[in-house]
Formats: sequence, structure tokens, C-alpha cells
Amino acid sequence: MTAVRALAVWCPDWPVIAAGGSAELPGAVMHANRIVACSAAARLDGVRRGQRRRDAQSKCPELTVYHHDPARDARLFESVAVAVEAIVPGIEIIRPGLLVVAARGAARYYQGELPLLATIARAVSDATRYDVQLGIADGIFAATQAAYAASIVPAGEAAAFLAPLPIRVLDRPELADLLIRLGIHTLGDFADLPRTDVLARFGPDGAYVHDLARGIEIRPPAARVAPPDLDVEMTLDPPIDRVDTATFIAKTLAEQLHERLAARGLACIRISIEACTENGEQLSRSWRHGTTSPAVSAPGFTANAIADRTRWQLDGWLSGAIRSHDGQPSSGLVFLRLVPDEVIHDDGRQLSLWGAEAGRGAEAGGASGPGGDLEQIDRALARVQGMLGPDAVVTAVVGAGRDVAEQIRLVSWGEPRDVLPADAWPWPGRLPAPSPATVLKSAQPATITDIGGNPVVVTGRCVVSAAPGWLRIGQQPPVAIAGWAGPWPLDVRWWDRLTARRRARFQIATIDGAGLLMVCENGRWFIEALYD
Amino acid sequence: MFDTQGMLRSAASSLEGLSPDLLEQLRAVGSKELLPVPQALAELFPEGGVRRGSTITVSGSSSLVLALLAEVSAHQGWCAEVGSPLLGSAAAAEAGVELERFVRVAEPGEQWPSVVASLLEAFDIVVIHPPLRAREADMRRLSARARERSAVLLTTAKWEGAALGLTVIEQRWHGLGSGHGYLQAHELEVQSLGRGAAVRPRRATVWLPQASEQLSQASEQLPQAL
Repeated sequence: MTAVRALAVWCPDWPVIAAGGSAELPGAVMHANRIVACSAAARLDGVRRGQRRRDAQSKCPELTVYHHDPARDARLFESVAVAVEAIVPGIEIIRPGLLVVAARGAARYYQGELPLLATIARAVSDATRYDVQLGIADGIFAATQAAYAASIVPAGEAAAFLAPLPIRVLDRPELADLLIRLGIHTLGDFADLPRTDVLARFGPDGAYVHDLARGIEIRPPAARVAPPDLDVEMTLDPPIDRVDTATFIAKTLAEQLHERLAARGLACIRISIEACTENGEQLSRSWRHGTTSPAVSAPGFTANAIADRTRWQLDGWLSGAIRSHDGQPSSGLVFLRLVPDEVIHDDGRQLSLWGAEAGRGAEAGGASGPGGDLEQIDRALARVQGMLGPDAVVTAVVGAGRDVAEQIRLVSWGEPRDVLPADAWPWPGRLPAPSPATVLKSAQPATITDIGGNPVVVTGRCVVSAAPGWLRIGQQPPVAIAGWAGPWPLDVRWWDRLTARRRARFQIATIDGAGLLMVCENGRWFIEALYD
Repeated sequence: MFDTQGMLRSAASSLEGLSPDLLEQLRAVGSKELLPVPQALAELFPEGGVRRGSTITVSGSSSLVLALLAEVSAHQGWCAEVGSPLLGSAAAAEAGVELERFVRVAEPGEQWPSVVASLLEAFDIVVIHPPLRAREADMRRLSARARERSAVLLTTAKWEGAALGLTVIEQRWHGLGSGHGYLQAHELEVQSLGRGAAVRPRRATVWLPQASEQLSQASEQLPQAL
């Protein structure tokens, strides 16, 4: 389970830049008398995030103070998003000033990750006047950290790259405080703790950030695509072209969507905002729930967070990103839709003391409704995954392949059970149903002789030397064979010398009623599966 | 006044119209205490189904286990399996088990009792292939956990305190000649023996896979030879 290669585009100190400041001049954005962001020059003078205005100004008297306005940040960031999207499609905005995108395909297209970064950097600086820093690594979290360091972390080295970083970068202030008091200062120290202990002490969220620290980024457990009826949409008549109207609509839609999700016990971690203009332009943008958001108690977007992002996006579009061919702002928006792209089970709340028992008791017996206790199932499996690792809990997909073992694909719990196109193809050479009910972990050697006791062999042309008469497993006394069929040859990967295998399969029934699937390979016989 | 007697009579007569099979099924599903079992296996269980919270042992046949799981799966239940070798997934799908709701843990290692205990919290039925050196205390504790959570624990080897044990006493495969044909139908003579109401041994002949029953019915309806 490797994390996807992700590319992060980061605009340093974005709130200050968006407010009109620059890196060279000391500037800071204030919210509720606290510094939210400051420019590099201000930081040199000792201004820090979280300082009060008076402290900051005492350190740096010439500090320019800007008003905090997330909508402005998001609106201006849209131009960066558009510039990046022209190079790589499928971007996801984590917050204004930071976006991520899958890097693998694009890196191949631009012949390497470095050329890709160069192309994006050039595109952004051509299209906008902003500075960006870029980074590539395995997983969104590592890629973000790589962008802060402006570096490319080679595949598989995310853990080593993250190890020296301070624990604060996890953006879990409470957890970080506690860990620092415990003497754990870097992600590397944290990653060295046994996973089971972390899970036991800090719960699923702790285990999740522990995985991040180890450079393992799996999608949050049981992420799944939302069923289509969760989308909310609205036709806008008359078309809207003003931000204040957009705000109102964003709020209504967001509340609707959140209600629908909540009714199913789901939370949204990625949302697509889609709109259509009067002139027929299709606009769409995805926002991802910040994986390192401090809102630990609430997985996924809250209604307000959805409304904010929708409003920011509409603002971004309405204030200039929609342009017709001659570069003039195009018409207003006539259609708006919110699509929850990825949802998870909202298990952030605490189980009530008696709730679990009552829930189970009510439906003890009878058929529990479809997905009725899905939450309990998820929780039980999460516990087992915590004990044994995420790959220990699997479900099977019967798919492509001729061999009994080969056609089974085991999917870790929480990963999508994808159906591959090849699964539906006919696989001539498969044995007919019924399939063996026990497939041995590894083939067990056995001997097959004819009635006279001579070994039975299969020639290169698949001719059986004599009818099998006796089966002998290990030191047990031989058993007489009542019926047999075969050989069904299986000559696979003959084009590759190292992995090529030639086998002949037989079905064998013994007189005591057992059915076996046996294989003859290189003149030796093996039991592969039991029809029991 | 209402004609209560008449209403009761008409209700009874409307029930009479149903086939005995269907009535049996209704009884099994309707009862909160029983996990449904396939029709062919029902006579092996004194109550016509597996009592929730009980521990049963099925030895000698994996397809028998799959047949039991398929029925749970057909009623939207969740099944889990712990230990190895795993039941054949292709066979499970053919038997009618929904693979999406059939979760497996192949290598629980030393922690198998805790894994099973966790799964019993949520699953309707948990199949377990106990390791050779399973401790009696662990077995008893898990059976107690199953009882407490009204889940069914199904073991494939000897288990301390199982309420019911199904054993294959005779089996035969059909469809295989000498050098031709293929394994088509499995005939099993199964005996059930347990405690309480199950203390008297019961026997049944079972044909697996279940689908072959329909197949044989279908073949009877083939058009006559020309």
C-alpha cells in the first residue's frame, strides 16, 4: 500500500501576499488581535504567528498590518490554481495558498519530476506575479512538507525526510503539546513509537497522524465515493454575477448538503464545486479537507466549511477567472452543484455508554439491515487492523486468472474493491465450477502411482503415462483413486524465462470420497486445493 | 361486536394457503433468536437454525461451512473468517456468499483470541480455524463472548464447549470418470451431535453445491429427444 506520488504547490505567506504585501516588506495579517500570517521580512524582525499586535509592533515598528479576509485569499489563489491546472489536471485545493495534485502521470509526460516542477513554476510566474514553492513526495502530507522545503523527496524516502521535522508540523496542537512534554520532539521520535501503543493511547486520529509521521499515507479508512443522490444543485434564475448573492446561495446549498450527509452518518473530505455560466462554460474545482486540520473532533467538512469554500470559489470565478475568448469577464452563473467526491463515516462522536448494547440488542437475531451496523463493523475491523496492520484484514475479489490461487485478489479493508476490465473477460483454461473450497497456502507434495506402483508422469505433449491408481501423501498409507480427469495444461508466461511455468492439472477423487486438485510440475506431483 | 373468531379463522386459512417450505422459512427468519440455515441442512439443527450466541463446530467439509455462510449472507448478514488456510474465495462466491461482506484475517498469529473477540462484537458469524495449540481457557472465553454479543462462533476443529457439532461421516464425488468428466456434485452424509436438544444424533444427506439441485430440476425439464 504505497501512497500516491503527490505534488504540492505552496505560495509562502499567502495571506500577506494576497493582501497586497510582499516578502521583502514587513507585513502581517491580523485576526482578532493575533497575527495569522506574516511576511519573510517581518519574520526576520521577530514577528511570529499568534503574537498580539502590540508585541509584533514592538518588535517591528514599521510593520504593515492587513485585515484578515479568507475570501480574498481564495479569490486571488484561483489565478494560481488556473495556471497550475493548465499544466496538470485534477488539482485539489487544501487551503488558499496550498494545492496538491497527483504527480505520477504528469511527471511521465514531462519526462521527469524536475522538468515538471520547472514547467509549473514557469507557468505560474508567467500567469501571475506570485512566488511559488513546489515539492514532490509520497502522499499529500509529505508533499506539503516537501513544498515548504522546496525539494523533491524520492519515492520511498518520505519517512527519512519527515523524521527530523518538529512534531508541530502535524498541526495537532494538543497532541503536539503532550508529545513534547513526553520528550518526543520530532516526527522521527514519534514514528518510532509502537503503532499499537499509539492507537491505544491516542485513538484512531493519533494512529492516523502516526502513520503520516512514518511516511505512510493511506486514504482515511473506508473512504468511498458518495452515491449520486447526495449531490445538491440549484438552477440560478436570474443568473448571479455578484458575490453577495453567491454567498447566500452557497450557504443554503452547503447546509442542504451537510444535512444529507449527516442523515447518513457521513462526512465529506473532498468536495467538488461545479458551475455553469450563461454562455455555457463549465467550471469545476475540488477542495480537499485539510488532512492536517486542527479540527480533530470533526472529520470532514462542517456545514460552515462547505459554505466558505463554495463562497470563496464562486468569488474567485465571478471576479475574473471566467473570461470569454476575448478576455472579457463572461456572463453570470446559471447553475451550481456541490458534489461530495469522497466521504467517510462520521465516527468522530463518542459512542454512548449503553448505545452499543442497545443497538445490538434491538436487532439481535433476524437479518440486520443492510449496512445497519456498518459503523460497528468498521470499528471492529479498525481495531483488528490496529493490532495486526492494515493489510491483515482483507476481503476477496474473484477476478482475472486461470489458476485457483491466481484469480483471487485480496483487498485490504478500507481500500476500494475495484473491478478490473480483465475480470469480466472469459478465461479459457479455468476449471469448471464448483471451485475447490480449500485452497492450500502452499502446494503440498504427494506421489501418484499407477496400479502397479510405477510413478505416473505427463509427457511434454500432455500424455499421461498410465492411469493414476494410488495417491500417497507423505508417510501415510496410499489411498486408491476412484476417478480422475485431466490433464488440463497451464503453460503460463512462456515468453519470460524467469517466471515461466508449465503445469498439468488433474482432478482426483479417492475411494474414501475426497476430491483433490493436483498439479504435475517438473515431474513432481503436488496437491493444490481440496474439494471438501 | 367484532367477529373475532371469524377474523382469526380467516387469518389462519390465509396462512394455510402458503407452502410449508415458505412457512418454515418465515418462522426461521422471523425468530430473533435463530440465524437461518439452508433448507437442506435445517433438519440437522434441532431448532431449524443456528441459535444466536452459540458455538458450533463443522469438521470435515469447507463447502458445508460455505453453505452456512451463504445463507447468512443472503439475509444481509456479515461474515468473518480468522485463520488459515482460508476458505476458497471462488467457491464462496459460487456458494452465494457476498464477498464484500465476508472479511478475512488469515494470519492473526498469537493474537488470534483478541482478533476473534473484536470481530464477535460486530459480525453475525465468525468462522475460526483454531491453531493446534489453542488453550481451553481462550476457547471458553470466546464462546462466552459470542453468547454475550449474540453472534455465532463457527469453528472448524475441536472446540471446548461447542453446543453442536456437524461431522461428515461419509462423502462421495460425482461426475468424475477415469480420465474424463469433472467433479460436479458432492454428496455428503452429515451427522449432528451436541448438547441439550441435540443430544440425539441426527443425520442428513446433503448435496453440494446447492445450485446443482436447481440444475437437476432443470435437466428434468429438458425437451424430449427427437
